Amino acid sequence: MATARIHVPRTLTRGQVFEVRLLIRHPMETGQRYDNVGRTIPKNIVHTLICRYNGQPVFHAELFPGIAANPYFSFFTTAHSSGELEFMWTDDDGTTTSERVAITVSA
Amino acid sequence: MSSAWSDRLPRRRLLGLLLVPLLIPRPASATVPNRLRPLIREATGGRPPRPGRVRLSLPALAESGNSVRLSVRVESPMTAKAHVKRIHIFAEKNPQPIIARFSLSPQTGRAEVSIRIRLAGTQRVVALAEMNDGSAWLASAHVVVTAAACGEGL
Repeated sequence: MATARIHVPRTLTRGQVFEVRLLIRHPMETGQRYDNVGRTIPKNIVHTLICRYNGQPVFHAELFPGIAANPYFSFFTTAHSSGELEFMWTDDDGTTTSERVAITVSA
Repeated sequence: MSSAWSDRLPRRRLLGLLLVPLLIPRPASATVPNRLRPLIREATGGRPPRPGRVRLSLPALAESGNSVRLSVRVESPMTAKAHVKRIHIFAEKNPQPIIARFSLSPQTGRAEVSIRIRLAGTQRVVALAEMNDGSAWLASAHVVVTAAACGEGL
């Protein structure tokens, strides 16, 4: 089971502003719901997401229960050199997941 | 008869004056729901945000509040001198009004972020952008939600 789907353009040129799309598989439990015997289902959401480009942070998000289940993000960044994009997110269980995609930038 | 007519004139003028405030365009803060005001004040450090430069796209009608697409774009050259530092998204009637906070940098290139949000019913959604020069801008959108998120059995 993949934990995330990531889309970035296959070919990039230096200086190009490109869209990054990320879909994380996560229930984003709000802590406002009850199970069938009336107990609160504990809150468990992805509260932090960070994207690094060759180690440098390029996007940071603080998230709250108002984010839909299986959170989707689209944002932009500028291509400067080949390397990788690293996505890292942490949920209330303390689980940190990371995914990497390689990107190729031509001059 | 004529004296009664002139007696009534100043009163009409006074009534007219009472209507003047309705003609003055209201600032954007007037469209910001009361519940969000302290949150916005906290986010901007007390600086009042101005309307404009932020374009918030949401459907006018959402069949389900469980997943509503939201896109926010801020007009900015995104250079070291002038860029968007943070974007905040708020929903007036959600149990927790703050939905997300994004940090951007000049490298972002284009100040546009899209997400999917939960909405606990028909309400106003506000996007607030903080610029590197300290100014703050906002936009709001009204969404009619037919079936709210956070309901029973969802």
